[in-house]
Amino acid sequence: MSLTESILAGNRLALARLLTQVENDRPEGRAALVELFPHTGRAHLIGVTGAPGTGKSSLVNQLALYYRRNQDKRIAIIAVDPSSPFTGGAVLGDRVRMRDLAGDAGIFIRSMASRGSVGGIAQATASIAQVFDAAGFEIIIIETVGTGQSEVDVARLAHTTIVVEAPGMGDDIQAIKAGILEIADILVINKADRPGVENTERALRSTLELAHPTKRITRHHGKDMEVSSPKLANEHKLMWIPPIQKTISTEGKGFEELVEAITRHVQYLHKSGDWLARDRARLETELEMALQEMLVQRFKETVQKEKYDEVLVQVMNRNISPYEAVDALLAGTPEQTMDQRSQEQ
Amino acid sequence: MTEKKIRVLVAKPGLDGHDRGAKVVARALRDAGMEVIYTGLRQTPEMIAEAALQEDVDVVGLSILSGAHMALAPRILELLKANGQESVRVFIGGIIPDEDMPRLKEMGITGIYGPGASTEDIIRDVREAVK
Repeated sequence: MSLTESILAGNRLALARLLTQVENDRPEGRAALVELFPHTGRAHLIGVTGAPGTGKSSLVNQLALYYRRNQDKRIAIIAVDPSSPFTGGAVLGDRVRMRDLAGDAGIFIRSMASRGSVGGIAQATASIAQVFDAAGFEIIIIETVGTGQSEVDVARLAHTTIVVEAPGMGDDIQAIKAGILEIADILVINKADRPGVENTERALRSTLELAHPTKRITRHHGKDMEVSSPKLANEHKLMWIPPIQKTISTEGKGFEELVEAITRHVQYLHKSGDWLARDRARLETELEMALQEMLVQRFKETVQKEKYDEVLVQVMNRNISPYEAVDALLAGTPEQTMDQRSQEQ
Repeated sequence: MTEKKIRVLVAKPGLDGHDRGAKVVARALRDAGMEVIYTGLRQTPEMIAEAALQEDVDVVGLSILSGAHMALAPRILELLKANGQESVRVFIGGIIPDEDMPRLKEMGITGIYGPGASTEDIIRDVREAVK
C-alpha cells in the first residue's frame, strides 16, 4: 500500500509521518500532497486566534468536545506555538489544555512550531491542513500562536475565523485599531465569568457597528436622528455581521451557542458565494507561491554561480543597483550593462 | 527544504504532581534548538503513546518521581511498539533507584537521569540517540 493509500485508509501512523515530511518540505511530502490534492476541499477550516492567555487552547478543547459529542464529526487540530528566533527551538504546550480529547480516535492533534513565520501560523500550516482534509477530517481547527495585533494569516487560510478576547485585555482604543478584530467572523469573549465582561462586550460591539455600518436611529437632543450607512460597492451582497459569543471554557459554557454561530457562518458562506471566493483566493495564493518558487529555482539553474557572484560584487561596489543587477542577470549579460554605463559617463 | 528538527515529547505519567524537572528539561531542549511538545501532568501511558504518535516524535522524555517507573515504563514502551513506533527513543528523569537501572535499560530505555544530572548531558544524549 502506498503512503497516500494508507492515509486515505485512515492509518494514523502514516498520517503522522506524512505530516512531518510535509512540515519539513521533503520531496516525499510534496509528492504525497500532489496525490492527495484531488481528495481535498471538503473540510471546514476554523481558525482560532487571539492574544496569549485569552484561552484559545481551552476553547479549542471544548469546541472539539462539543462537536464530538453532538455531531460525531472527525476533527483535526493544528496547534501552532512560536519558535525561538535565536535557537529555532520551541516548547509546544497547547496539548496541556486538550487532555479531555485524549483517547478519542475521531480526533487528531498536531502541534507545530511557527519556524520563523510571523503571521501567526507556520509556513506549512496550509499544507498540513490539506493533508488532514484529504485524510477525511471534516473539521480542522487551526489554533494560531498567541497573537498581538497584526498576525492575520489564519484568516486567509480558514473559512471561519474566531477571534478570542478576554475581559480586561484592552480598552475601546484597542478595539478600533486595524488588524486582528477585522478578520473576525465570530468574536468570542472567553472567561466570561470574569469581571469587566460588560466593558469588553460594549467595546467590541461599538467596533463592529463602525466596521459594518448600518442605518441607525439615535436620539440626539431629544430628536430622532437618522444616521444613514455609507454606500458600499457590494451593498447588494449578503452581509455577515460577526456575532459576539460569550464562553467559559473551563466550565464548557456557551459552546452550544458558539457552534450555532459557526453553523450559521457556514450557511452564510455558501449562500453568499464567499465559500467559493475564499477557496479561490486561497488556491490562487498557493499557485502564485508555487509559481514564484519554481521560477526562482529555474532561473537559478540557468545562471552560473560565477556570474551571480560577479554581479553581486558590482552591487556591493555600488556600480549597479540591485534592480539593474536583476536586469543584467535576466539578460544574462552583466558586462553589457556596465559598458552602457561607462559610455553614458 | 527545512532541516530535520528533533521533536521530543516531554510527559509526566503517573500521579505525582512535581513537574519542575520536566519543565527545566523542556526548556533546555528548546534552547538546544529542538521542538518540545509538553503535555502536562498526570498522563496515562495510553495518552503518552497517543501523543507520541500524533506528534511523530523522535524521542519521549518521561519524568517519574512517584516510584512507579517499573510499571509505567514497560507499559509505555509496549504501547509505542504496538503503534509501530519502536524506533522512538525513551528517556527517563526522576528518582530511579540504582538497582532498577539495569532492568530499565534492558527493557529499552535509552537514558536515565537522576537529581543533579546536567542538561548538557541530556541534550548530548538525545542528539546522539536520534542520529
